Amino acid sequence: MSRVAEFLLRRKGGKGWHWTDIVTWIWLLGGLFVMFGPAVWLVGSSFKSPAALAEFPPSILPYVTQKVTVEGYDKPLDLYEATLPDGRKATLAEVRRIGIVSQMVDPQKPGEIIKVNIGQRTPVRQMSFAMQNYSEPFTHFDFVRYLWNSVFVTVTATLITLVVNSMAAFALSKYEFRGRTFAMLLILATLMVPLSVIMVPLYSIVSALGLFNNLWGVILPTVATPTGVFILRQYMLTIPDELIDAARMDKASEWQIYWRIILPLTAPALAVLAIFSVVWRWNDFLWPLIVLSRKELYTLQVGLSIYSGELNVQWHFILAMTVVTMIPVVLVFIFLQRFITTGIAGTGLK
Amino acid sequence: MKADSPKRTGSGIGETVLLPVRLAMGLIDAPLRWLQRVAGIGGMAAFFLMPNMLIFGIFVLLPFFINFAYSMTGGTALFLPDRSFVGGDQYARLFDCSNYLDANSCTEDTFWTAVGNTGWFVILQVTLMIIVSLITALILNRNLMARSFWRAVFFFPVLLSPVVVGLIWKWILQRQGLLNFGLYGFGFEPFTWLNDRNWAFAATVGVSIWAHMGFYTLILLAGLQAIPKDLYEAAEMDGTRPTRAFLRITLPLLAPNLLVVVVLVLIKAVQIFDEVYVLTGGGPGTSTLYITQYIYETGFATQLRNPGLAAAASILMGVVLVVLTLLQLSLSRSSEKKGARK
Repeated sequence: MSRVAEFLLRRKGGKGWHWTDIVTWIWLLGGLFVMFGPAVWLVGSSFKSPAALAEFPPSILPYVTQKVTVEGYDKPLDLYEATLPDGRKATLAEVRRIGIVSQMVDPQKPGEIIKVNIGQRTPVRQMSFAMQNYSEPFTHFDFVRYLWNSVFVTVTATLITLVVNSMAAFALSKYEFRGRTFAMLLILATLMVPLSVIMVPLYSIVSALGLFNNLWGVILPTVATPTGVFILRQYMLTIPDELIDAARMDKASEWQIYWRIILPLTAPALAVLAIFSVVWRWNDFLWPLIVLSRKELYTLQVGLSIYSGELNVQWHFILAMTVVTMIPVVLVFIFLQRFITTGIAGTGLK
Repeated sequence: MKADSPKRTGSGIGETVLLPVRLAMGLIDAPLRWLQRVAGIGGMAAFFLMPNMLIFGIFVLLPFFINFAYSMTGGTALFLPDRSFVGGDQYARLFDCSNYLDANSCTEDTFWTAVGNTGWFVILQVTLMIIVSLITALILNRNLMARSFWRAVFFFPVLLSPVVVGLIWKWILQRQGLLNFGLYGFGFEPFTWLNDRNWAFAATVGVSIWAHMGFYTLILLAGLQAIPKDLYEAAEMDGTRPTRAFLRITLPLLAPNLLVVVVLVLIKAVQIFDEVYVLTGGGPGTSTLYITQYIYETGFATQLRNPGLAAAASILMGVVLVVLTLLQLSLSRSSEKKGARK
């Protein structure tokens, strides 16, 4: 036994355990719990029935009380494991509850009512995943609509972001012209003007352009991102100018140079920007909240926040919709996390 | 090489998907050749820059300048020409207080409540955020098994949308939530955390740290990994104690990154809105009402909306942010210089 412990606890280089090692592992395991725990709890809860969600203390796994149809009663009755007054145990169905006394019947002999103290009975429960939490929002709410709006905004905005910013980055990295530095500074200065500062006048401009209550009103203000120009320009600066000169000799037009030479060579930076853009646009909240006031135009984020702010929150639906909203981001996290972390570490931009 | 690989691997499906794009690009080429002949290379540069500058000008620069005009007009009309000029009245209204130490004595008491809340939020959140992400970065910088896994663990919430973050924690902090469940095990009665002024405020601080710490940890970790290992080896040879090595090597060499992170956290903290709006909605009462929510509600949400007042408040916030950003730029520039000297 002590050999096993020794094997498990031995360390690289044969050094013993230092107190900092213990702190490290407490921090890491605590971090694992605190960072993943809440999201896992949410996913687990999303499979519970409304009744199971309302109970306290909550169960870890989704359980529901088993029901049974008894002759002579319209609705299915809850099943309980009850201790009868004479000490026998029996599985009974509850007809009604009066104070602390529960009136129960035996499903086999529905004629006779048995009175049991509520302390003497425990519900018969079975595990059951409430898949209707996921299926019903698709029919009851405009969930499909929200999903579609979110996908449309994300994909369109990302495509435009890539085209518009790569063109600007191309001009700013491969052409000499007057005002180039000024243009670059102007774009970088935008980093100082976040949405929260200009939202009032931006709203009036978007309205004046007829883009209020229009998905394009969500898309267009976001596509000229300074981060995008910055990332792409830094990358294009590393492409040798000789390539462009050679192409010009071969009578390539400037547009062909951009499209056939620069863009394919910038693919890695474009990929990073695309990943960022997808996450940003999928997660956008404040601006869509301002621009979209008609229900059928809501994105997932807006729809979720509106429904969760209602007086009677239907948590079983909200939780399931939250999980669906998380899916694309979790996929990005699992498969593309490496690109994002190196992107952030390299530029310091989010 | 890298850029070529998608072509080679996706020759079957990729080609067919790209075919219409190629055709379109080819069709665009003819008029653009004509443009190039007329306007020359310089004209083409302008052409490439145009779409970005147009969007940028309409949706960022224009609102930025209009904002000043907006803040000097009154009424509820949306478009600037319909609004009446009131000069500095909106600013005067924001600053109209009988006692400058008491938010309730001001005409716009909610504004000052929001400013006060934001101030406390920024102080607490920035301090805790720096401490937590610095500790995490230091731990991740150790000789760890599966470091990239642990780094991913702390980074995970960064990608979640603020709405999802808000809902996750609203679900945990509610009466039948996980937190009460855990405390119930220790014999505590269930408590509605978000209905209590102080706990709701603490929740907004904690949740925003939870959601964003991974991002700053990543930047600090990059800074830590740039510190040459031989410095520590030399220190160890000299018998330097780890605490001293931390104070004399790690902190001074990390200082530029740390300063940049402090300013970044500050800028983000001043603008806090999304996750708080979903988590508490600014409540209970006004205890978690922050400045962005004040601007949003004054400008858009309330019945008696006042865009002029919201614009004035947003300009005041903008001034704070510009100061902070300039601070960040000068700090990162000085750290770049240091890096170059090294």
